[in-house]
Amino acid sequence: MKKTLILTTALCGMAFGASAQEVNLLSWGGAYGNSHLEAYAKPFTAETGTAVNISDADNPATPIKAMVEAGNVTSDVASVEYADAVRLCDEGLLEEIDASALEAAEDGTAATDDYIEGGVTDCFVATDVYSMVLVYNDSQFEDAKPATPADFFDLEAFPGKRTMRKGAKFNLELALMADGVPADEVYATLETAEGVDRAFAKLDSIKDEVVWWEAGAQPPQLLADGEVSMAYAFNGRIFDAVQQDDQPFEIIWDGQIYEMEGWVIPMGAPNMDEALEFIAFSTAPANQARAAEFISYGPPRRSAAAMVGNIQGTEEPMGPNLPTSEENMTNALGSNLDFWVDYDSELNERFNAWLAG
Amino acid sequence: MALPSYASPLERIWHRSYLVICALIFIFLIAPILVIIPLSFNAARFFTFTREMLSFDPAGYSMQWYDTLATFGMASPDAPRDANWFADMWANAKWVNAAKNSVLIGILSTALATVLGTLAALGLSRPEMPFRRLIMATLISPMIVPLIITATGLFFFYSSACLPEGSWLQQAFSPILSNRGCLANTHLGVILAHATLGVPFVIITVTATLIGFDQSLNRAAASLGASPRTTFFRITMPLILPGVISGALFAFVTSFDEVVVVLFIAGPDQQTIPRQMWIGIREQLSPAILAVATLLVVFSIALLATVEILRRRSERIRGITPS
Amino acid sequence: MASSLDPHAVIVTEAGSVSEGPLTTADGQPLQKALARSSRAARRRAFWLVAPLLAFIVITFVIPIGQLLYRSVHNDGFSANMPEISAWFAVTEPGTAPDEAAFTALAADLLAASEARSIGTVGTRINYDVPGTRSLFTSTGRQVRRGIEPPYQAALLEIDAEWGDAEIWAAMRGASTPYTDGFYLASVDRTRDIDGNVTMVAEHRQVYVMLFLRTLWLSGLITALTFLLGFPVAHLLATLPMRKSNLLMILVLLPFWTSLLVRTSSWMVLLQQQGVVNDLLVWLGVIDDGGRLAMMYNQAGTIIAMTHILLPFMILPLYSVMRTINPAYVRAARSLGATSWTAFRRVYFPQTLPGLGAGALLVFILAVGYYITPALVGGSSGQLISNMIAEHMTGTLNWSMAAALAAILLAGVLILYWVYDRLVGIDNLKLG
Repeated sequence: MKKTLILTTALCGMAFGASAQEVNLLSWGGAYGNSHLEAYAKPFTAETGTAVNISDADNPATPIKAMVEAGNVTSDVASVEYADAVRLCDEGLLEEIDASALEAAEDGTAATDDYIEGGVTDCFVATDVYSMVLVYNDSQFEDAKPATPADFFDLEAFPGKRTMRKGAKFNLELALMADGVPADEVYATLETAEGVDRAFAKLDSIKDEVVWWEAGAQPPQLLADGEVSMAYAFNGRIFDAVQQDDQPFEIIWDGQIYEMEGWVIPMGAPNMDEALEFIAFSTAPANQARAAEFISYGPPRRSAAAMVGNIQGTEEPMGPNLPTSEENMTNALGSNLDFWVDYDSELNERFNAWLAG
Repeated sequence: MALPSYASPLERIWHRSYLVICALIFIFLIAPILVIIPLSFNAARFFTFTREMLSFDPAGYSMQWYDTLATFGMASPDAPRDANWFADMWANAKWVNAAKNSVLIGILSTALATVLGTLAALGLSRPEMPFRRLIMATLISPMIVPLIITATGLFFFYSSACLPEGSWLQQAFSPILSNRGCLANTHLGVILAHATLGVPFVIITVTATLIGFDQSLNRAAASLGASPRTTFFRITMPLILPGVISGALFAFVTSFDEVVVVLFIAGPDQQTIPRQMWIGIREQLSPAILAVATLLVVFSIALLATVEILRRRSERIRGITPS
Repeated sequence: MASSLDPHAVIVTEAGSVSEGPLTTADGQPLQKALARSSRAARRRAFWLVAPLLAFIVITFVIPIGQLLYRSVHNDGFSANMPEISAWFAVTEPGTAPDEAAFTALAADLLAASEARSIGTVGTRINYDVPGTRSLFTSTGRQVRRGIEPPYQAALLEIDAEWGDAEIWAAMRGASTPYTDGFYLASVDRTRDIDGNVTMVAEHRQVYVMLFLRTLWLSGLITALTFLLGFPVAHLLATLPMRKSNLLMILVLLPFWTSLLVRTSSWMVLLQQQGVVNDLLVWLGVIDDGGRLAMMYNQAGTIIAMTHILLPFMILPLYSVMRTINPAYVRAARSLGATSWTAFRRVYFPQTLPGLGAGALLVFILAVGYYITPALVGGSSGQLISNMIAEHMTGTLNWSMAAALAAILLAGVLILYWVYDRLVGIDNLKLG
């Protein structure tokens, strides 16, 4: 046994010698994870010499909680959705981030003023604005094309399987919008028991035809394989599939739900200093603008929005593909932070029971 | 199975259809494994046979997915393939790293399981062993208990099994334990867990070899003046060796193929082949997964052949001993 | 060489010597004692060979599972973070209406927990019993932090009238001690009402009993399918000449040795809507291109893939039993006038039962605990109880619930394991 230990030590030391300076980044994988690698990690390593180890999770918010509660934190920085960040911060699972360490805009505006509202909170610094959009595979619908949330639930006019994210968030809102609730009344309706029942009843109408995805990379794959005809997915992943693989996917911006996501530091992160350094580097306006050229998520800093150039490797401007662009914002819904902070676990529990039944 | 000559025509028809049914079941068993092999050479990004593939047009086939296995995760995959490229691949390619981890964890956990398991099997096969049945049941149970339960239990255990903070013990073991001195997210943790899962296989195969092992051989050696140690290494060991090796192979395969426990207790540094496959299957079922799968099928054919040879050898050796 | 410890020393008793006392060994010790000592020594030696592994398994397997079981009855999320109100519960009778002292204690705890950022944990614990209350704790915590004035009963009720709800007080009382049977009750869709009686949970939350039943039903179905497919193949292998059967055996053993993930991904490739099986069916004209079958992301996917993966576990024990069946019995039955069906049913089949029992139990035991394959190809209707355990471990993070579900599953598997040991004997477990 002892010999084994020594042998293990020797072998581990040989094969996996840890580098002196490193920061462990927990990201989402796929195209979005790749944008973190290309736009943040590689330039950061080039500039500071600190290695960035990226690992992936379906939704980094869950492993953070598991890591902190189990007492073995392996990540220094994680990318999470806004509502999750506030919730985790409330529960004492995140370190506070000193906003004064962030880089100011080029004209000298302090970072906290340069960010759109809510972009910097106690434990959270936003990196981008993403959105959940409806998508269809153009090759599957020859005549009429779906155009609204209601069409997504219309299995007769638009046959084929659907894929939706496994979880309550976004799906309940979409169901209500499809059921005729105007965007600005969605959350007020969801706060009532009848509203929740109504949303689940609407989801029930397509339940048998839904393939549930967990990792953001799954919906483009399911669409491409012809396994589903329509998807409810992150806009950036769809954009990437269209851009990189020439897939015939069309985004329906009507009824899109947008939200910020950004960096948090799990409580007890092993490399706090490097984590802060990485956050400051990656949220600098120029770097945010560059990230938006890799994947179609909008920068949350005002000074960065103007700096977004062409789609990486092309001559096309990225602007019109961002969820925040003017023409995409008609009938868009901003994800309600307070609602999801309060109701996330309740509605997810109900969702899981509904799904299993 | 030949039909008897007195079989009626109806029985003959039934016998034919029975053979057809058996053939179909054999196809069901083997086709899913074989079908992925040609698909892994697909030039297109599909999981189905393209027109070019079916007409054996060379343009329909390609090695690109095997190439991705080497390049995926590299810092500069497109660089010219010189020594630097290989160094980059060896250090950064995700599948290469996963293979390194899998082999390291597999070998060490197998060694541990084989040594402990063989000793225990020797003890268990002695008729005078107390509580034989209960102990045997306990030692085999890791094979029976659902992996999700083992994984869950180990998850709690590994995050609580820590050396005291700041103690000399923690200092001494810091290279192999996590930063808080725990087993979670360490190679050692995965190795111990996989050894536990491999133990039942070693016990079963070695005990099977020991059935019919003539204890009087040991007594004969002892009466001729051999020490217990000499007896063990010169008499017992050669006879049970085939069983030990096939048990070790089972233990190795168990570790090499294990993903549930790894998902729960391993950290980012313990990426193994099955874990990398799990990620790949869930996210992007690209033909690269099929390339890995093909390599693994070839690997299992090699293992199967080894085990078969060993089994026959064991039967032959034991054939000469009176039972 | 004849030390007194040597078991063979006892043989050296002088057979011819006639003595009045008890028999003695050559060196004059009473035979009974020497025998007892030497067998004790032999037992000790055997035990010491097993001891290292036993210790290893106890530490790396038995203790972790014990810890898991402990978690299923122990959860101090509320009691550890809300000490004052827990103390109030300890000194009052169940059913006592909360008074000003209780609300004062509650307000103090809410403030402390909110400042220590453990309020989320507290709310989550109560939320397990009364769904929809997590936010009551976190939002009240935020407001208490902004400052409230006594009397606290009125103040808290003003923040949220739900604080007057007897159900919440009953749940808090239940959680005020760390030990609870609540998670086991929840595992069978039961809960306690305000008076402490066990009742069913609301209909839209009833899920676990259904999942346990589905797990049993699907495992039973898969066992039956492996039997239907495995029996003819095992029979063929057992009756063919050794040479041919060894060759065909490879077709059974190769899947057995192939990685589980490889086999699962093969099935994903085969069963996709644009996959090989659908393509083949379209090409054969069985279905048209628009009517491709959905064989994956539903129960069908779980059943097909698991049947394939577990089939060797049925074939191998059946085969090893069938090999030993003397063909003369069937021939004798035929010669006595039995039809081939009768000979099979009355003579051959009963002799295969030991193999069938061994195979069926093994397949069933393995099937009820399956996780990977249903997770990848099962969709939502093909999920088994293991997937729910994993969901609670990594998704909802209700670890006590995961532990309780795991404990029930474990109990079921151990009972089957015990039956297996009784009927088949663990020693007879064969591999390959």
